[in-house]
Amino acid sequence: MDAFTTYTGVAVPLKRSAVDTDQIIPAVYLKRVTKTGFEDALFAHLRQDPAFVLNDPVYAQGSILFAGPDFGTGSSREHAVWALRDSGFRAVFAPRFGDIFRGNSGKQGLLTGVLSEEVIATCWAAIEADPGAAATVDLQAGTVTLSGETYPFEIDAYTRWRLLEGLDDIGLTLRDESRITQFEQGREAWRPQTLPVRER
Amino acid sequence: MSETAPAPQAPRRAGARTLAEKVWADHLVKRGEDGAPDLVYIDLHLLHEVTSPQAFDGLRAEGRPVRRPDLTIATEDHNTPTIDIDKPIADITSRTQIETLRRNAEEFGIRLHSLGDVEQGIVHIVGPQLGLTMPGITVVCGDSHTSTHGAFGAMAFGIGTSEVEHVLATQTLPLKPFKTMAITVEGALKPGVTAKDVILAVIAKIGTNGGQGHVLEYRGSAIRALSMEGRMTICNMSIEAGARAGMVAPDQTTFDYLEGRPHAPKGADWDAAVAYWRTLPSDEGAVFDAEVLLDADELEPFVTWGTNPGQGTTLAGEVPDPAAIADPQLRDSAQRALEYMDLTPGTRLKDIKVDAVFMGSCTNSRVEDLRAFASIVKGRRKADHVRVMVVPGSARVRLEAEAEGLDKIFTDFGAEWRFAGCSMCLGMNPDQLAPGERCASTSNRNFEGRQGKGGRTHLVSPLVAAATAIRGTLSSPSDVEAEALV
Ligand code: SF4
Repeated sequence: MDAFTTYTGVAVPLKRSAVDTDQIIPAVYLKRVTKTGFEDALFAHLRQDPAFVLNDPVYAQGSILFAGPDFGTGSSREHAVWALRDSGFRAVFAPRFGDIFRGNSGKQGLLTGVLSEEVIATCWAAIEADPGAAATVDLQAGTVTLSGETYPFEIDAYTRWRLLEGLDDIGLTLRDESRITQFEQGREAWRPQTLPVRER
Repeated sequence: MSETAPAPQAPRRAGARTLAEKVWADHLVKRGEDGAPDLVYIDLHLLHEVTSPQAFDGLRAEGRPVRRPDLTIATEDHNTPTIDIDKPIADITSRTQIETLRRNAEEFGIRLHSLGDVEQGIVHIVGPQLGLTMPGITVVCGDSHTSTHGAFGAMAFGIGTSEVEHVLATQTLPLKPFKTMAITVEGALKPGVTAKDVILAVIAKIGTNGGQGHVLEYRGSAIRALSMEGRMTICNMSIEAGARAGMVAPDQTTFDYLEGRPHAPKGADWDAAVAYWRTLPSDEGAVFDAEVLLDADELEPFVTWGTNPGQGTTLAGEVPDPAAIADPQLRDSAQRALEYMDLTPGTRLKDIKVDAVFMGSCTNSRVEDLRAFASIVKGRRKADHVRVMVVPGSARVRLEAEAEGLDKIFTDFGAEWRFAGCSMCLGMNPDQLAPGERCASTSNRNFEGRQGKGGRTHLVSPLVAAATAIRGTLSSPSDVEAEALV
């Protein structure tokens, strides 16, 4: 997982509330056996509407999403984060998020920042006044800058730290690898072994 | 077998710990500080084809190896057909998942029991059968019914795909401690009443969310009297009460079941293990976060009428009237369930006619379950209109059953005797109900569409399944005996 410090990319106004994980990625895409390659699945049903924002070529390179409240609610599928990540998104801002989605995002390097409904509305207006404009996220400072205005966003300290360090769950655990090894040295011989027993 | 569980209301004793707390403490790699989770070591990781592909894909993407292939084992179960197992799997998604598991096992050096192998079978049948599941260990699998293994006094729970990847890479999991709940069942079960009826009654009592965030410890004289198979049936369905895990303290029954199995400890290791295992039962005076009491003498054969495992009642009862349910949410859900199940309030459960009987799944497909089913159907013919499927939990169970001649009893009865797998427990392989079909099933979930789109499921014990297959309507074993006397 890459560390997240500052990032600049095309801002996308997703002017909808309660975009649940089923809208982010419909269930039919869950049968796949890979963890990547979900870009075609992102918002698959919403995209069928020609007027859907991501069908506008000006947002083709979009990577920072400004969404309405309750983004990522519903089923716990981790695929929702994979679909956003595979489509190039690095950050999502919204007034409220589904808890599980938010947890999954932090683990996969996708930044989710809370901005008030007023700020989101201001951002939507700013993007629409200048479609294709870039936003800049500064995670160290905890701010996002758009059209010359800088807004502080909320993110919990633990997730922020993990993103700054670029640590996924496994990376975080492997920081304690010496303790795992030490624990293993103390394990009793009677504990189960699945492979044919080797010479000790 | 003779030790009695401490009285549930025993006074709190400082330092007294529950079984769950002891197992947890002995697996702490690092205690979490400032709200961070504990890091817990995993002794045994079970894999199957559905929840593992993305985990391996994640390892590959980061260039990480499997830390302990020697603590990991895989089998094929959810997608596998239970007839014509030598032919290619027709469904493309199913075939891809199976082929992916085979490739991953090969690439990462994991032991895999494929279709056709004598140790292949439902993942929760395979672990105990090999003697890999034992007291005092931690067991995980990307499958909610991993709680089955808790019957040995192991801490066993289901995990999601990214946790599967985490365990493959680190052999640990960051976890917040679970809460504990004692479920005490005192007394003796009447003949014809089984472990399945006990757990269905528990879930009906505490509800499908009653165990949320908890490890359930089943205790009391009725639990002590159960075989390992019965204990596994009970722990298996802990998840249906919303719990993270279920456990039973190890005792002589546990040790007798384990001793001599292929992976059970031998010699001095065995002695050391048993000495440790004897220290595991909850201390007298240990405090649980919640306690539930059940009277075993009062339990009757149980059956579900709705679309979650908590919507059940005794077989002698009637379909309830949702209007009489006070809680508006429960009332709505009962209303919707009855519509889906096509049932009218007040109908006697024993008047409900079924189209199919499914004898199988990780809840009830061990050889003891098959013997129970056979004991009722032996020498009889099934009702003409009922399709009866008997599906052993593993290839080895199939062989054991055949060695005892059970297969002959089943086929003479008119049942289909199949190969091992999850089969009609879930609509993921070819064994499915047709829309509108009604099934008495020994499995663990009666959700809408679980056994096939539009299929209707009544959860029952193997004995009730057998009696139902004979009479064609939901029936208890005593109904069959009564009939024979006429
Ligand atoms: S038998 Fe059913 S519950 Fe058990 S592992 Fe298979 S699908 Fe899951």
